[in-house]
Amino acid sequence: MESNSITTENYNAYFGANHVVKNVNIDIPKNNCVAVMGPSGCGKTTFLRGINRMHELIPGATSSGKILLNQENIMELHPIIVRLKIGMVFQRPNPFPNLSIYDNIIAGYKLNGVKMSRNQKDKVVEDSLQKVALWNEVKDSLNKKGSFLSGGQQQRLCIARAIAMEPDVLLFDEPTSALDPISTATVEELLFELKKKYTLIIVTHNMQQAARVSDKTAFFYLGELIEYDETKKMFTNPTDSKTQDYITGRFS
Amino acid sequence: MEAPIKFRIGKSKIYQALAIVLAIGCVVPLIAILLYIIKSGASKINWHFLTSIPKPVGESGGGIANALLGSMIVIFISSIIAIPIGILCGVFLSENRKSKLAYYTRLSVDVLQGVPSIVVGIVAYFWLVKPFGGFSALSGSIALAIMMLPIVIRSTEETLKLLPNSIREAAFALGMPFHRVILKVIIPCGINGILSGVMLSVARIAGETAPLLFTAFGNPYIATDITKPMQTLPLLIFNYATSPYND
Amino acid sequence: MSQISALRSVTLKRLDFTRQKAEETVRIKRSYRHIWGEKAFRKTLIIIAIAIITLLIALVVTLVVQSIPSIKHVGISFIWTKVWNPVKDIYGGLPFLIGTLLSSFLALIISIPFSFAVAIILGEYYPKGWMSNLLKNTVELIAAVPSVIYGFWGLAVLVPLVRAFETKIGVAPIGVGIFTASLILAVMVIPYSASLGRSMIQMVPADLKEAAYSLGATRWEVIRTVVFPYVKSGLFAGVLLSLGRAIGETMAVTMVIGNTNILPRGIFSPGNTMASVIANEFTEADHPVYLSALIELGLLLFVVTLIINVIGKSIIKKFTQE
Repeated sequence: MESNSITTENYNAYFGANHVVKNVNIDIPKNNCVAVMGPSGCGKTTFLRGINRMHELIPGATSSGKILLNQENIMELHPIIVRLKIGMVFQRPNPFPNLSIYDNIIAGYKLNGVKMSRNQKDKVVEDSLQKVALWNEVKDSLNKKGSFLSGGQQQRLCIARAIAMEPDVLLFDEPTSALDPISTATVEELLFELKKKYTLIIVTHNMQQAARVSDKTAFFYLGELIEYDETKKMFTNPTDSKTQDYITGRFS
Repeated sequence: MEAPIKFRIGKSKIYQALAIVLAIGCVVPLIAILLYIIKSGASKINWHFLTSIPKPVGESGGGIANALLGSMIVIFISSIIAIPIGILCGVFLSENRKSKLAYYTRLSVDVLQGVPSIVVGIVAYFWLVKPFGGFSALSGSIALAIMMLPIVIRSTEETLKLLPNSIREAAFALGMPFHRVILKVIIPCGINGILSGVMLSVARIAGETAPLLFTAFGNPYIATDITKPMQTLPLLIFNYATSPYND
Repeated sequence: MSQISALRSVTLKRLDFTRQKAEETVRIKRSYRHIWGEKAFRKTLIIIAIAIITLLIALVVTLVVQSIPSIKHVGISFIWTKVWNPVKDIYGGLPFLIGTLLSSFLALIISIPFSFAVAIILGEYYPKGWMSNLLKNTVELIAAVPSVIYGFWGLAVLVPLVRAFETKIGVAPIGVGIFTASLILAVMVIPYSASLGRSMIQMVPADLKEAAYSLGATRWEVIRTVVFPYVKSGLFAGVLLSLGRAIGETMAVTMVIGNTNILPRGIFSPGNTMASVIANEFTEADHPVYLSALIELGLLLFVVTLIINVIGKSIIKKFTQE
């Protein structure tokens, strides 16, 4: 049985002596979209980056606990392998400026030294661009560098780049906070579609976005996971008072 | 993909080690030079060495007094010429960002900075040695001053540009005239950066030889007349190192 | 009685008025002085700025004017004439052109791996910490050593080493020559491209690197595919600036290059660069055309250095303005 769930057991993250993520136990079911929310500095981005082992790239950063991807503890695997199974999309679109759109999509393969025939590469590019609904817009300019694309298109390009690697899980770190409303809407529609094939974890500041897009929501506060439940329930009838305060805007 | 990943990680570590080795390798010649100089020179430095003039060829003993004094005099004169002019020019450039004159001045400073030291020496020869009929410490000082100017100007301009505008405005609002604002407020505020630029320029010319080859020229005796040739430490080193005699 | 008091009050008022006028006059006089001071100061600044520009122009004019006798004598063939024989009145600049180019490019080739390594280590691997500060200061110290000291050490230590090396590989064991000069130049030139490279590498935006990491790249792969393409032009500018420095270097080269005015036959042969021949023969030049030919070399040196520096600086400007 192939289950794309992510499970964390007592996951902790530190910046030096600073305990930033405290004892998180969370279960993320397959093909779900989970929103991670909380006020600034609550550790949600650190938590996200811990899942694909990007956290430890920062000097002095450590973590402990288990993270299971499909029952496998990815804390014991080499980070590179983990990142091949768990893709990430960042806050600001960051296509490689010196590569064409085509090369950007297959950048993951190239970086990992995987040799592919021209046909295979074409197929991957077209596939990924179709999945993010960008194919028709760029199919005639695949060899141009991506700088002429709008912000929303660039972000979709980055998503295409991530899913070209066929990951199991996709992590999004505030993916639309740098985009205008129309591009935001397009990306959110995309998230709906992507849910069918991948498991998505989205860190977002935007409560309306979480309400629109996610199945479940996790609320973090000062590094701890305060509440985690179905989105509908979280937003209408939260259990914890802190969650209630955050949702009603008492603090952000 | 197990094997390739191990290989790639190994490759990454090898490149890192290679970079470290090369970086340390850069440092090796420097250490070698320092060691050599300290080893062969330190034992010879004593009061006698520092205060006597070189003996004629063939005799042992003697010292570097003329070169020491000469270096000090030459550096002193260059500094007197270059520092005020350089600082004031830096002030001009930082006060006038956009004027055409400032643009051409900045351009000239940039070009001056790149002029090879020997070319400066050539020019100084034609300006100050030929017309006056002889080598002189003064001509050497002026050549060195020309080399100091770009450094002082540059660092003064950069330092003053960084000062917040509010300091100037506060001074003006108190009714201070422009020259007082600059001399009594702006320059003292930026004195750290300006001084470090000045130090840098002095350090640079203290070791310069090429511009002095045909200006100050060298002098086997202690000289204090700046209109006559003078010896400096770098010149002395050059002359002795390239002379065919063993002492 | 009232007349007297009326008179007194009028007098007092008049005195008051006079006093006010006197104060005003002093105040006005003071501000006139200030205004005069300001004007004089501003004028001085402008004069100094003009003086600097004039200095540069005068420099160039002097070089050109003094080269004219040689240009009239030999003409454009100066650049490709192979023979430099002042005794016979033949002045060809080619030996020195080749000497300069050969030694400088060789120095660059030798120094580039080292300076790039330092740039990557300081910019990417170890940007902070006591080790990186130590490395950074040491490399900057390399640039602070006067060139005579390099020359002196070169003569005393490097030349015998090269001589031994030459004996081993079967080349004439002279010790001095283009190769030795290149070695010393390489060391002297490292700090320039290293520090420029380091600041360029530190400017690579973090999220580009993170994108590469998130796709599963190793550290070296990130450097190769993200950092290098980004700083390509900056590194090139650093190399150009080092080249400019190497070409103009005089003292260290003069001391170890062998001072022979022939076309170098190989990298181990002795020779001369434009700068070193000027240093050597300037004071011995006995007739005007001889001297002028040397000046012409100086002019050539100046122009070449200028062009290289201009190109390098404009690349840097373009890069930092993006």
